[in-house]
Amino acid sequence: MSLSTTARRLFNVSVSHCSLTLSRYTTTAKSSSKAISLTCPSKLYIPRREISYSNVAGPLRSENKVTVNFVNRDGEKITVKGSPGDTLLDVVIDQNLDFDGFGACEGTLACSTCHLIFEEEVYKKLGPVTDEEMDMLDLAYGLTDTSRLGCQICLSKSLDGMTARVPESVADIRQSGDGSA
Amino acid sequence: MRNMKMHFAAIQRCLLVQQCMGTSSVNVFTSVRKLASATSTCLKVCIVGAGPAGFYTAQHLLKSRTDVQVDLYERLPVPFGLVRFGVAPDHPEVKNVINTFTQTAQHDRCSFYGNVNVGKDVSVQELQQAYHAVVLSYGAEGNRKMGVTGEDLAGVYSAKDFVGWYNGLPCNKQLQPDLSCETVVILGQGNVALDVARVLLSPLDILKTDITQSALQALEASKVRRVLVVGRRGPLQVACTIKFLREMLNLPDTRTEMLASDFEGISDTLKDLPRPRKRLTELMLKAVKEAKEETDARKRWGFRFLRSPVEVLAGPDGARAAAIRLAVNKLEGSGDAARAVTTGQVEDVECGMIISSIGYKSLPIDSSVPFDLKRAILPNNLGRVQDTSGLYCSGWVKRGPTGVIATTMNDSFDTARTLLQDMESGVLDLSVSKAGSGAISALLGSRGVRVVSFPEWEKINTEEVRRGEVNGKPREKLLDVKEMLSVAWS
Ligand SMILES: Cc1cc2nc3c(=O)[nH]c(=O)nc-3n(C[C@H](O)[C@H](O)[C@H](O)COP(=O)(O)OP(=O)(O)OC[C@H]3O[C@@H](n4cnc5c(N)ncnc54)[C@H](O)[C@@H]3O)c2cc1C
Ligand SMILES: NC(=O)c1ccc[n+]([C@@H]2O[C@H](COP(=O)([O-])OP(=O)(O)OC[C@H]3O[C@@H](n4cnc5c(N)ncnc54)[C@H](OP(=O)(O)O)[C@@H]3O)[C@@H](O)[C@H]2O)c1
Ligand code: FES
Repeated sequence: MSLSTTARRLFNVSVSHCSLTLSRYTTTAKSSSKAISLTCPSKLYIPRREISYSNVAGPLRSENKVTVNFVNRDGEKITVKGSPGDTLLDVVIDQNLDFDGFGACEGTLACSTCHLIFEEEVYKKLGPVTDEEMDMLDLAYGLTDTSRLGCQICLSKSLDGMTARVPESVADIRQSGDGSA
Repeated sequence: MRNMKMHFAAIQRCLLVQQCMGTSSVNVFTSVRKLASATSTCLKVCIVGAGPAGFYTAQHLLKSRTDVQVDLYERLPVPFGLVRFGVAPDHPEVKNVINTFTQTAQHDRCSFYGNVNVGKDVSVQELQQAYHAVVLSYGAEGNRKMGVTGEDLAGVYSAKDFVGWYNGLPCNKQLQPDLSCETVVILGQGNVALDVARVLLSPLDILKTDITQSALQALEASKVRRVLVVGRRGPLQVACTIKFLREMLNLPDTRTEMLASDFEGISDTLKDLPRPRKRLTELMLKAVKEAKEETDARKRWGFRFLRSPVEVLAGPDGARAAAIRLAVNKLEGSGDAARAVTTGQVEDVECGMIISSIGYKSLPIDSSVPFDLKRAILPNNLGRVQDTSGLYCSGWVKRGPTGVIATTMNDSFDTARTLLQDMESGVLDLSVSKAGSGAISALLGSRGVRVVSFPEWEKINTEEVRRGEVNGKPREKLLDVKEMLSVAWS
């Protein structure tokens, strides 16, 4: 393990020790998209899937939580819990998951960096895809038939135990230009 | 929370010092107390250009190593590159990336130096002397030329200047395009072409975000009713993405006017296309099929295919564009690789304004830096600038002026990974200590160049938001570099 990795590991441990959820920086949108849309004066935009916000009705008891497994770009499995009604992007942010560049547009369907790949069975349960989501998905790297955008998927009890894979973003899957070609 | 933040910063600093000293004590908390006041980072990297490429490269470096200091040098007093000066005013959600960039700029080990024109105020060689590594992320500040007679007539603009004008780029302030004509021809069928078409045809309330007040007024008085978006190849080669096409089809009070003959035989090819291209083509076909003469729509737009610009024709005064002569093409080959070949026929289209949107173009920054003039990029291998040492590149200047912010992000992470690899493998000599911004600040000072820091940019930001409120907008951009500077240093 290189020195820098050691330091980083240590560092991550100390952060969770202090139960510090809002670090100043690291990967991407560290602060919750909800908070930003309220505080940032330049954002007139209203998230298209308001359902994800209206569904979060006060504190939920832990037995209501949904278990979600993520497989990161290194193939490591990370198991976390989210509340029904949260989007998968909310979960990634709330749990401080370190997926580089994930959620760049903060859940406004304008970037495709929240691309996730699901198992066929789970994919079928995720509900319908809007044209707008498909349009953004078409720009995602390594697009598959069971790809979705994490910011558009709301957790529900029926998804308990699901697995979502963060696709690799290496140069060899990259197509020229936007990936629209 | 504030305490938490300070604690966080202290732990971070301590780890960084530990690493610089070659220790890795597990007892972080004891070390915090001992070393909280110690500073200094070992490795100094500077990045030229504070657009998405610069910020994403910085973000990855800062995250991956705790002993690296990253300095961003930016030509303008304001950061964010094309996110501020390119992204269309009716796409404010795209600009959310600014929040992450701001967090990066405010990081303890990151500094922003605005108002520094690298290549003029300081050379790349000077930066290389002061830093262990230099990353060039200065984007594409030029544009491709059509190279046809009449390109310089009044009424002909590059999309880059037109976009710069409505987005408040200081050098395009004076453009004031004449919007008194009915028909506009845009050459090129990429997303930028559709950005321009949308801005010309959209109802003003959709645009009323951070577009400049003068552009808003000009558009209010605009007489433009018809926009033709002309491509040299066919429907299967359009460069735009589906989101942009859908937005065009949904424009209020605007009818889509395509030529059904352009789409003959296209539906037979659908089944073999990859999903993105298939969906895009299906949407075009649907638009052609559903196109009806809606008599009450006041505006029209449409694609025109297989046409290349040959000459801009002047009106009776000899000074203003009145039409464009297009060569009629046919395709050789198929799919993405198909080439447009002229048939020898030409066709004139009357129009009062012509916007050439055939691509941006990177320019050489400094004679000491290799530049591939043909491809207009820095020749590089995975982000290492060829035939140099300690010089890297990311973003549009690395791979050419295509790709959305997410593409630029991935490509910048790749460059950062390359740089980190070179640090770890010993390709970069890290044993020498480098003076970093200290040396550069002294040089700039001696040349009468005063930098704009990130907190000073935030003053500009506050002032812009304040002025925006007056006009009922989220922001009114300052259009003049002098004015930006006086606000920054006030
Ligand atoms: C009109 C337009 C609209 C777009 N809209 C979208 C969109 O809606 N969504 C999307 O995902 N992508 C969009 N893109 C693409 C996106 O903007 C690019 O992928 C991205 O900005 C490229 O980043 P960059 O950092 O390489 O270049 P830039 O953003 O151009 O940044 C380069 C920076 O370097 C600075 N610089 C230049 N020369 C020097 C110098 N000599 N010294 C110091 N600094 C210097 C510049 O001032 C600038 O700040 C758009 C592009 C254009 C042209
Ligand atoms: N929100 C967004 O996603 C967004 C918004 C704006 C821009 N962008 C991105 O920014 C990048 C740049 O956009 P862009 O529109 O400037 O470039 P682009 O997508 O590369 O499109 C350039 C267009 O110009 C044509 N062209 C090039 N050279 C020509 C010539 N000599 N004669 C005639 N036509 C010529 C091309 O046709 P050929 O195909 O035949 O070469 C193409 O239609 C794109 O990758 C785009 O996706 C993204
Ligand atoms: S976060 Fe940008 S599309 Fe989901």
